Amino acid sequence: MSVTTGNPVDATAIRPFMIPRVPDGELEALRARIAATRWPDQETVTDDSQGVPLAMVQELAGYWAADYDWRRCEAKLNALPHFVTEIDGLDIHFIHVRSRHEEALPLIVTHGWPGSIIEQLKIIGPLTDPTAHGAPASDAFHLVIPSLPGYGYSGKPRATGWDVPRIARAWVVLMKRLGYLQFAAQGGDWGGAVSNVMGQQAPSGLLGIHVNFPGTIPPDVATALQAGAPPPASLSADERRAYEQLAILYAKRRAYSSMMGTRPQTLTGIADSPVGLAAWLLDHGDSYGQPAAPVTSAVLGHTVNGHLAGALTRDDVLDNITLYWLTNTAISAARLYWENKLALYNAVSVSVPAAVSAFPGEGYQAPRSWTERAYHHLIYYNQPDQGGHFAAWEQPQIFSEEVRAGLRPLRK
Amino acid sequence: MSGETEIRPFRVDMPDEAIADLRRRIATARWPSRELVADRSQGVQLATVRELARYWTTEYDWRRCEAKLNALPQFTTQIHGVDIHFIHVRSKAADALPLIMTHGWPGSVIELLEVVGPLADPTAHGGRAEDAFDLVLPSLPGYGFSGEPADVGWDPGRIASAWAVLMDRLGYTRYVAQGGDQGAGVTDAMGRQAPEGLAGIHLNFLRDALAGGNPPAGSSAEERAALAAITAFKTGGFGYFLEQATRPQTIGYALLDSPVALAAWMLDHDTDSYEKISRAFIDGQPSGGLTRDHVLDNISVYWLTGTGASAARSYWEGGRAAALSAGQARPEVKLPVGFTTFPDEIFRAPRSWVEKAYPNLIYFHEAARGGHFAAWEEPELFATEIRAAFAPLR
Repeated sequence: MSVTTGNPVDATAIRPFMIPRVPDGELEALRARIAATRWPDQETVTDDSQGVPLAMVQELAGYWAADYDWRRCEAKLNALPHFVTEIDGLDIHFIHVRSRHEEALPLIVTHGWPGSIIEQLKIIGPLTDPTAHGAPASDAFHLVIPSLPGYGYSGKPRATGWDVPRIARAWVVLMKRLGYLQFAAQGGDWGGAVSNVMGQQAPSGLLGIHVNFPGTIPPDVATALQAGAPPPASLSADERRAYEQLAILYAKRRAYSSMMGTRPQTLTGIADSPVGLAAWLLDHGDSYGQPAAPVTSAVLGHTVNGHLAGALTRDDVLDNITLYWLTNTAISAARLYWENKLALYNAVSVSVPAAVSAFPGEGYQAPRSWTERAYHHLIYYNQPDQGGHFAAWEQPQIFSEEVRAGLRPLRK
Repeated sequence: MSGETEIRPFRVDMPDEAIADLRRRIATARWPSRELVADRSQGVQLATVRELARYWTTEYDWRRCEAKLNALPQFTTQIHGVDIHFIHVRSKAADALPLIMTHGWPGSVIELLEVVGPLADPTAHGGRAEDAFDLVLPSLPGYGFSGEPADVGWDPGRIASAWAVLMDRLGYTRYVAQGGDQGAGVTDAMGRQAPEGLAGIHLNFLRDALAGGNPPAGSSAEERAALAAITAFKTGGFGYFLEQATRPQTIGYALLDSPVALAAWMLDHDTDSYEKISRAFIDGQPSGGLTRDHVLDNISVYWLTGTGASAARSYWEGGRAAALSAGQARPEVKLPVGFTTFPDEIFRAPRSWVEKAYPNLIYFHEAARGGHFAAWEEPELFATEIRAAFAPLR
């Protein structure tokens, strides 16, 4: 990426950023690598219980090598305003779209893993230009969509220490640097963690947060889960259901997180194998399966087990994976897990106004009872009908409605 | 002999193109950014893998390994529907005790090659003729030159029963079994199944203490130290174990497609073996038999046979078997058991734990040197342990 360097004052300016045009040779090389993939035998089960199924990866790889077009994604990205600025010694990339409605609420929206800014592209229109999407002008947002440190077009940290609290502080610096004295924060996955911590740090100017990745597990419940115990008898039906979802997560679906949390550099080879990278990134589950059910449906091009891909397409999935490949951020992204000391689903203690959307396909659907205990000033709680872990990506319309409704109370 | 029980001679003969392809892939490897720490606390260090890759493409010679393997009598035979590869060395000594030795992960028969001489031909290695063994060294299903199971169920119990079939097929009516790592799981299962002919077992890894729930609480310094070592391993070094036990196919894609992915993954089994292997490559200081060439012999077997994913699957099978049998009492190991604790293993199994697991403990010793890959690092010392453990059973 071309970045002007010079004296420190320049580096901390907001610098326009062009998505670099990837040389043809690099795209050719990627296609050649995919085509030369050496494949394992098929899994010995007929479901996803041993990992991302061979048929799914081969289907994706076949399309990726032959018909997928990164230039389309490049053009889509370049149609948006990108910037970079140095914060706390690291270049932070972000998309910044101002609404034409001047009174719009400034909002910083953060992605997670295995995601990127690609996840948020379809909510930009609905959130910044609501009247074109069936919503009132009063629900408009100015959007700031950063790439996390070590992800996408942001810089890769060269020293340890870029944990969630540091990212949260950097995001406040970013919003202030953009001239936003008052703003809100939104996020899912790591973005949810960042937004939660921003809520706990309660910097001046932060009006409130919206998360679709709430941290709500009460301590005694967390202890029981760790021990693999049966659900405590005192749980309500909603809480019991959440407990059972979490038990499955802990038993079967957290290996990727454990691996990246302890040995990210050992995964060095996913920087060398496109298919290896794709499989690793596909292995984030939701409450329906692992890979996340809508991702499976999107990749295979038909609805599997009734779990709609929604707006998510195979091209979207490959835009995201290809971004990791081209920016060589597989391992730098993994390092965020190593930096993190927080149990992300455990109860936070947030006193700033908070809006929570508990999507049915998220790893666990946080019950209202737990949510109220963690978010002391809960201004909105809803369980949408559809949408999973990648809510903004799968269901941009529903997601946008949730963000509008959730943060509406913050507007004057 | 019917086709199904036939024992067929086997030779390793990888095509030139396979070796050229391996070299090309390493030479064009795409590397991530360096770790952010000065040690192994974020995983296998970039410099270590890069140096390994350099040696692998420029100085390493697979054909030398092939020749070493082919100098030994190798065979395959189909058991329970899977082709099982094994090395079979009959000792020249009279009354040699037949011994089936099982490797683990990320190992292979390569780990055991240097103990073949000391065990089958003891007098040429400072030992006594009466300590000779006939050796059967199988490749686990899904590893090395054995076939890959296509169906679910190849857990340690099934492998153990396959090994009993193998020894029977080879005409052995009395034999012993030995194993470390996954091989310890299989050998332990053999001990519980107690097939006709099995006279005793030796282990150098106490699998239950690691894979199961909490080890028996204890108050001795040894017990506390072992518990602390297990806790440290499960806190910081357990990633590969959990990945292979729950998502072997997911990591399998990289293990088949990228030699450096495979190498890095295989280097990270435990702290001690990583440090030793890293020193061998970076500082040119191998630990005993754990030389650069031997390490790459082993990794090359995984690569050339394309068994990265199927080997990982054995952890999934182990996990599934454990879940299915949770809460049920297993048959005791009534057969005589010998156990050697190697000092650099993931944890030093205290005698008290081993006695509790194996009441009929006829041999226990703490060796002077060696870690997880004890046979590989210290073949002579390892052979001494095996001879001593099984001497009472002759």
